[in-house]
Amino acid sequence: MEILSLLLNGFAIAFEPLNLALIIFGCAVGLFIGAMPGLGSVNGVAILLPMTFLVPPTSAIIFLGAIYYGAMYGGAISSIMLGIPGASTAVATTFDGRPMALQGKADKALVAAAAASFVGGSIGVVLFTLFAPPLADIALGFGAPEIFALMLMAFATFVGLGGDDVAKTLFSIFIGLVFGAVGLDIISGEPRLIFGDIPGFFHGINFLVLAIGIYGIGEMLWTIEISKGNVVVSQASVSVRRIWENLVELTRTWKAMLLGSFLGYFVGILPAAGATPGSLMAYGFAKQMAKDPETYGKGNINGVVAPESANNAASTGAMLPMLTLGIPGSPTTAILLGGMVIWGLEPGPMVFIDHPDFVWGFIASLYAANLFSLLINIAFIPAFIWVLKLPFTILAPVIFILCIVGGFVPTLDMHDVWLMLIFGIVGYLMRKLDYPMAPAVLAIVLGPLAEPALRQSLLISGGSFSIFFTRPFSSVFMFIAIALLVLPLGKQALDARRRKTERT
Amino acid sequence: MKTLWKSGLVGLGIAMISGLGAVSVPTDAKAWEPKKPVQFIIMAGKGGGADKAVRFMQNIIAKHKLSSKPFTPINKPGGTGAEALVFMKSATDPDHTIMFTLNSFYTTPLRQPGLGVDISTFAPIGRMAEDTFLLWVNKDSGITNVEQFVKAAKAKGDAWIMAGTGKNSEDNLLTDFLNKAYGLNMKYVPYKGGGRVAKELAGNNADSTVNNPSEQLGFYQAGKTRPIAAFTPARLPLFSDAPTFRELGKDFVYFMQRTVVGAPGMSKEAATYYRQLFAKIYGSDEWQGYMTKKSLQGGFITGDILMRYWLKEKAVHKVMLQKMGAIK
Repeated sequence: MEILSLLLNGFAIAFEPLNLALIIFGCAVGLFIGAMPGLGSVNGVAILLPMTFLVPPTSAIIFLGAIYYGAMYGGAISSIMLGIPGASTAVATTFDGRPMALQGKADKALVAAAAASFVGGSIGVVLFTLFAPPLADIALGFGAPEIFALMLMAFATFVGLGGDDVAKTLFSIFIGLVFGAVGLDIISGEPRLIFGDIPGFFHGINFLVLAIGIYGIGEMLWTIEISKGNVVVSQASVSVRRIWENLVELTRTWKAMLLGSFLGYFVGILPAAGATPGSLMAYGFAKQMAKDPETYGKGNINGVVAPESANNAASTGAMLPMLTLGIPGSPTTAILLGGMVIWGLEPGPMVFIDHPDFVWGFIASLYAANLFSLLINIAFIPAFIWVLKLPFTILAPVIFILCIVGGFVPTLDMHDVWLMLIFGIVGYLMRKLDYPMAPAVLAIVLGPLAEPALRQSLLISGGSFSIFFTRPFSSVFMFIAIALLVLPLGKQALDARRRKTERT
Repeated sequence: MKTLWKSGLVGLGIAMISGLGAVSVPTDAKAWEPKKPVQFIIMAGKGGGADKAVRFMQNIIAKHKLSSKPFTPINKPGGTGAEALVFMKSATDPDHTIMFTLNSFYTTPLRQPGLGVDISTFAPIGRMAEDTFLLWVNKDSGITNVEQFVKAAKAKGDAWIMAGTGKNSEDNLLTDFLNKAYGLNMKYVPYKGGGRVAKELAGNNADSTVNNPSEQLGFYQAGKTRPIAAFTPARLPLFSDAPTFRELGKDFVYFMQRTVVGAPGMSKEAATYYRQLFAKIYGSDEWQGYMTKKSLQGGFITGDILMRYWLKEKAVHKVMLQKMGAIK
């Protein structure tokens, strides 16, 4: 049990007084950074990176890891409370978290998010501990065909759903794909869909702009309309007993939790993917496999649990290619990577051998950070609930300001703020016309990953689609994707026919 | 807009008053300094050589407190640097916008005159290094020298995959050179960033690459990939087993600049500030150590000398692109 002794050694390092203090402080800071719309773990880690020169490298990465973890927990808070995704990784949490809050079940959603994050993070870190080197090899072998097949599988989960109107879902996906194609194309180097020559479109449409527009602004407009300004936002109450009852009730969502954790971790270890696609895919799969898919998007607790467990598992997963391959799996790990270089540690396949104290101290600190994030988060739930009890006349302007800030921060470009306002109005109209909006968000995230992968694969194969079916991983993904796509559609067609015959 | 204009006037007034007050103070005291965070644009993706270098410099600045304001790295990898160049061209605050460039600084404006980018309008801050290129293969292939490489690539024809960083990028130029020099027909597949390219080779999803040392070093040390020849005038100390193409009878030497430039329209004062700052970074023990470790070469050049270097390199690349048929 070499790993066990290394891990115990790591725990000894993580529980040194300085490191433990940094973990707790980092989790608390991360929680609030994550909860602020627009500010995510990327910004938090980047802003606090220079602070870490004051402490030894191991303490530094422990601190940044704690911030990263805390932010993953915190992202869910504003998604649930205000309907604005707190961070890109928490977009999927708004799909069901916000409806739950509106139904007065905000405390339940918050507890679910915290507990799911804990489970996802724990599973992720255990997988990391036990299987880091072989998983790194799998990630290494993942080429463009596998990435495309995986993305196709994610799209399939969103199309073939019984509950929603298929045509409207497809429309939503396609509009998202078109938005995702805006900007400079990697492969040809040419700009696409930049509307003449508007410089703001060159970097593409940041999907957070779309998500905040649709879910923040659009949601606010919708709330104002249906309530005619007379809103009692939430009736949620909170007590220790209720938190406990909620936790007990959560045991029923174990399927979504496990699904989110494993899927999220796996997507997280793929270079260039990260926690955002992981959480969206977990949502899609949870919905696909549920017995009651029609309740998703209307406040189903599994719709909170799946993406939240996935984004924490994925954030742990993203550390794997960073440490073992020197390739960041997410934007945040890219910044951590920069930090490691200046601390004199070269990430890559050798880091496990050359710096075991650093690696295992860090892994052990992830266990600790996970636990403290959970405790801090639950301790603050009453404060979050209090925010919801503010009158809507106060809350609406606050939401609006947070949306504007959240749209501006990622790129520091006013262009994106205008775009976000337009998306807000479009989102409101789509909502009125009963279009599902989650598929559009999914498409704008996954489209820019899927499209180059498709073209790279076809370049490699000389235009033949057989490349997707002759490689072991990609062929399995392709068959699952096709099955997911065809089966529900076929079932729907059969149902329609049966209904017809029954009527006659 | 009105209030902005007004506060601008007030600011100007304050600046004038403080300027008058400063007459008797030594010139150092009113030297230009950044007034807000500096945007440090990277014309390549995350995890590649340029990205790592910028984050390294950002950390040197922070560690030695060389600037009172932070430097924020921003990746603009789209279109082989086109996204970054267009961003720089239309920068709203040129005094706080700098960029770390590669050779796509020359090639992209040459290929896409429609972008309207004229590199002679950029402010020459400092060349931090010249990066080197090697030809890499996966160790599983069993290839140890160029002769075997040519044989294997010829046998596979256009099913031989060369992964690179973008269409008509440095990697593409080198691929074209190899295709022409050895009569090969390798297929060039672009990926986002040199880190990703290195990974594709290590994962056996590509047959060869022309990565910089810093991008492949980790995989090389782990025994996954192997350099078989270098595009340098002399063998690199880190990879002394890999001969140069010159030794192999193909006179081809290619470097990539790693240079900091200021946005067009940057004031003289700001440019002077950045020149001094990056000269300090170049001289730091950290940067010198980084250059050795990453097998980087080249001295620090700045100002007019750097501008002349650009114009010379631009002319060289123009000829290369014409030979490739990428431009007329």
